[in-house]
This record gives sequence, C-alpha cells and structure tokens, in this order.
Amino acid sequence: MSRGKKQAKQKITWKEIKRQKVLLIWAALFVIYGFIFYYLPLGGWIMAFQNYKPKTGLLHSKFIGLDKFKFLFGDATFIRVIRNTLAMGTINLVTSFIMAIVFAILLNEVKNVLGKKMVQTISYLPHFLSWIIVTGILHDALSSTGIVNEILLKLGIIESQINFFAHESYFWPIVAFSNLWKETGWNAIIYLAAITAIDPSLYEAASIDGAGRWAKIRYITLPGIKPTIMILLLMNVGNVLNAGFEVQYILGNGLVQKVSQTIDIYVLNWGISQNDYSLGTAAGIFKSAVSIVLILIANRIAKRSGEESLF
Amino acid sequence: MKKKSLGDRIFEICNTIFMVAFVVITLYPVLNTLAISFNDGIDTVRGGIHLIPRKFTLQNYYTVLHKQNMVTGAYITVLRTVVGTFLALATNALLAFIVSRKRFLFKSQLSLFWVITMYVNGGLIPVFLLYKNLHLTGTFWVYVIPGTVSAFNMLVLRTYMVGLPDSLEESAQLDGAGYMTIFVKIISPLCKPVYATVALFVAVGQWNSWFDAMLYNRMSDKYTTLQYELMKLLSSVMQQSGSADSARNSANSITPASIRAAATIATMLPIVCLYPFLQRYFVTGLTIGGVKE
Repeated sequence: MSRGKKQAKQKITWKEIKRQKVLLIWAALFVIYGFIFYYLPLGGWIMAFQNYKPKTGLLHSKFIGLDKFKFLFGDATFIRVIRNTLAMGTINLVTSFIMAIVFAILLNEVKNVLGKKMVQTISYLPHFLSWIIVTGILHDALSSTGIVNEILLKLGIIESQINFFAHESYFWPIVAFSNLWKETGWNAIIYLAAITAIDPSLYEAASIDGAGRWAKIRYITLPGIKPTIMILLLMNVGNVLNAGFEVQYILGNGLVQKVSQTIDIYVLNWGISQNDYSLGTAAGIFKSAVSIVLILIANRIAKRSGEESLF
Repeated sequence: MKKKSLGDRIFEICNTIFMVAFVVITLYPVLNTLAISFNDGIDTVRGGIHLIPRKFTLQNYYTVLHKQNMVTGAYITVLRTVVGTFLALATNALLAFIVSRKRFLFKSQLSLFWVITMYVNGGLIPVFLLYKNLHLTGTFWVYVIPGTVSAFNMLVLRTYMVGLPDSLEESAQLDGAGYMTIFVKIISPLCKPVYATVALFVAVGQWNSWFDAMLYNRMSDKYTTLQYELMKLLSSVMQQSGSADSARNSANSITPASIRAAATIATMLPIVCLYPFLQRYFVTGLTIGGVKE
C-alpha cells in the first residue's frame, strides 16, 4: 500500500492520544478479546510437558518433560497418522490446484456468454454445502446401489458391485474427489479474475501472428496468471496438514482406519474421547510446528526464485 | 467472420463436452438426493432411483419436520446464523475501521496482533479447555462469541476501507463528527458491498458448522444444530449400508437413508436459493481478499 507509506509516522503525543481516545478504547477491547480467545490457548501448550489432570489444573500438574512427545514418536499409529495427513494433504493440494486452473482457463474459452454464466453459477453450488451434506450425497453416489456402481456394471468394467468404503485403496481418491467436487468452481474464481486482468491486446497481437487457441493459453494466459498461482500456492502450503478432518472423520470406518486417520482425528481421539489432554496437545503442537516450517520454507523458495512472497 | 481452423473447432467441441460433464457431475448427486427425498424409503433400498422418484411420497419430509431434534436444530441454526453474522460484521468492521485510520497510533501493531492469529493457534485441546473454563460449553454462546473477530474477514474489510478517500474523514471531522459518527454514518454506507461479502462468508460458515455442536454441546439437545443432526443421521445410514436387509425388513416405510435425504434437501434449500443472487458480492470479496495489489 504505497499511499500509507508516504505519510510520516504519527508521533505519540498526549494531544494525539486524547484526540484518538475513542479509537484507543475500542482497540484495547479488541486486544483483550484477541488475547483471551487466540493467545491464551497458547499457554495451554504447557500441558504437553505435563501429566495434566483437570483436577490439579495447569499450575499444579506434574511436569514430565518430553515424555508425551517420546510416546508419540514411538507410537506406530501416530507415524501412520502423519503419513496419512501428509499424503492426503499433498494429493488434495496438487489436484485442486490443477483442476481449478484448468477449469478457469477452459471456462474462459467458452464464448457463449449465457452458457458460461450458467456453468459458473452451478460450479459454486457445492462450495456452499457443508461437508456433512457433501459426504452424504457422495456416499449415496458411491453406495452399492449408487450411480457409480450402476454405470461401471452396465459398461462391463466390473462384474459385481464394489463397496468403495470398505477398501483402503479407494479412500484417498474418494477424499481427493470430494475435495475437487466441492471446491473446484470456488477456487477457480480467483484465476478467472486474474485472467480477466490480462491485457486483451496481447491476445490480439498473438492472433495476428497466427497463434491458435493452445498457443494463446500456453504463452499468454498461463504466464499471465503465474503470480496468482504462486501466491495461492504459498498461502496453501502451510495448510497441507489442515487438509484433513471432516471428510476423513465422517467417511472413515473401522475397515479403512489405517489410511483414513489424520492428525486432527488422532488429537480428537486421545484428547477428547480418552481424556489424555497432554497427549492431544502434544500432537497438536507437532502439527502447528510442521505447518509453520512449511510456510517458512515455501516463502523462502518463493523469495529466492524472485516471485512474490507473503512476508 | 474469419473461418475457424480445424484445431480451434476440435478444441471447442472438447471444451463443450468437458463443461457438460462438469455440470452433470456437479448436479447429479444433488438431484439424486432430491429424488430420493421424495421417494418411498423401502422402495429406495431396491436401488435404481435417478432423477425422478418412483414411488412418490411426502412421508420423509413429514417425519423430518416432526422430529423434535430437527426442529430445535433448525431454530438454533437460524438463531446462530443471524446473531453470529450480525456480531461478526459489527466487530470486524469496527476493527477494520480502527486499523484503516491513517492517524491511528498503533495501526500496524494492532494489525500484526491479529494477523499472527491466522498462523498460530493453540489447537483443539487448549481451546476446548478454555471454553470450558469460561463456561461457554453447554451454552448457545459458544457458537457466536469465540471466532467472531477473525483476521481474514478483518483484512478483507480493511483492504476495502483503505481504498476510500481520506477527505471523507477529514471533512466530517471539520464538521465536528466523532469517530463513532464517521464509522456509522460515513464509512459504513460506502462499504455495503464488502459488508455483504463478509456477511455471506460468515453466514454460510455458521449455517454449515457442526463440529462445534458435537464438541461443545454434545450432551444438550437444547443447542443441537441442523448439520449436527444430519451428521447423526448420516452415521446411522453408514452403519446400515452394509446390511440393506435390515432396512428392507423394517415394518416402517421410512429408512434412515430417505430421512437423511429429506433433511439434506431441507438444510441446503435456503443456501441454494440465496447464493445465485449474491454472486457479485463473493466474487469481489474473494478478489480483494486474495489478489491484493
């Protein structure tokens, strides 16, 4: 924001404080609120180093050092949970980026204005539905009497119905597909906006030079939205570990547990169901730490390659 | 008109096929649920319902509307959406107003204080214990008080407010207006489009959330929400999906699957009716929030 920088920094004087009294009081209320709801829970991280008991509380629970972390990394389930989270997060990140960009570019090539508008409106619909609804209706589609089995049977690809939710190998693709189904249209919004911002004279010049559709997409559209792709990729890399709770929690069952459980579910199981608050917190800290490291690495890479960076 | 090359023509055909496939894949599961919701429960178990109900009935909707938990859920969901959206809009707008005042002494510090919350958070367990200690669990307020102020929404609003001319504030101050008047009477009316955007984001989030109901109000049916009720229905459907026979044998013509379909349609109806008219707002909102210049 260049306009803000021009102004010299305001000096803190009594006169100015008095003038802005109202703003300062409001700001103080926001700081108190933010402190309670966002910063205070960070103090709870102490629990990870304690044998926390609700009875004794944070102040009087016994400190046990890194025992909880040692338990975590000795726990085969936790290692598997990390693998699942990273795998599903990465698959989701990559597939959703590719699909959103492809969809935006292809939609931009649709010349029929009404058709374009309709496809776009329909493409937003799933974003507004909750994960409960999305997993529910996809569950119907994939059930033994659902449309997917029916089509596969009619085409002769399979001989008997597949129970998609009972096989480990289908779970990650189902998660990735639900994610694509829900968010592709929504994610494409930003790319479509970026494509609109490309100078039309570039396309005209290319046409005169005899460039076809593909050439224009490859040499004008894609480079034009590259900065947007980079910044969104940066913003989402830190979220890789967050890309897994709701679908996995709802669709996961005993049969696919090995591949469906994510860090968040692990935290929920240990922390809330088993009441081992310390272990749940330790797993949560591990997740936060990895996320921050991922953001910093992505930011570093972006800076080095001369692209935009977040901070 | 210039003659199209063969390559362009092939491209257009493929592109049209792609778009049609996209629309079919997006809409079919929704329309299928709609058909199931109007179809007799036992008949649905036989399979083969696509877009049109085979044995039409309103029984599923009747059952849903007479479930006490669904009625409570609907009431709580509407209430949290209205109260939550209003609170979030008022607080985030005020915060954005403060940090977008050029003269404000701590504007960068206050922004940073909030931006940090986007990247660092305590995690599930500490937050759960905090709400418990604050006696928010087991109440309605746990849905609307925590998370009301969010850095993301604040940033979207701030970006918009920073773009408004400074002279507005200056001339109002010359006329003796205080900050409250400037915020309510001068800045807010100009921010209507971005207010609509943020309100939409928050409202959809409130309408769709279920995890907080499960986590903080699991014990009290008094504060259940529509999505949480749907979640419970869905789990019972999935437990039964292996044993279709049990559903077939039940004396009642209502199965969890068909009730779920009816509840799903009822829950998504308000959003589906509203969102096409708000497109303009969320498109601009996402663009100013995401691609900041």
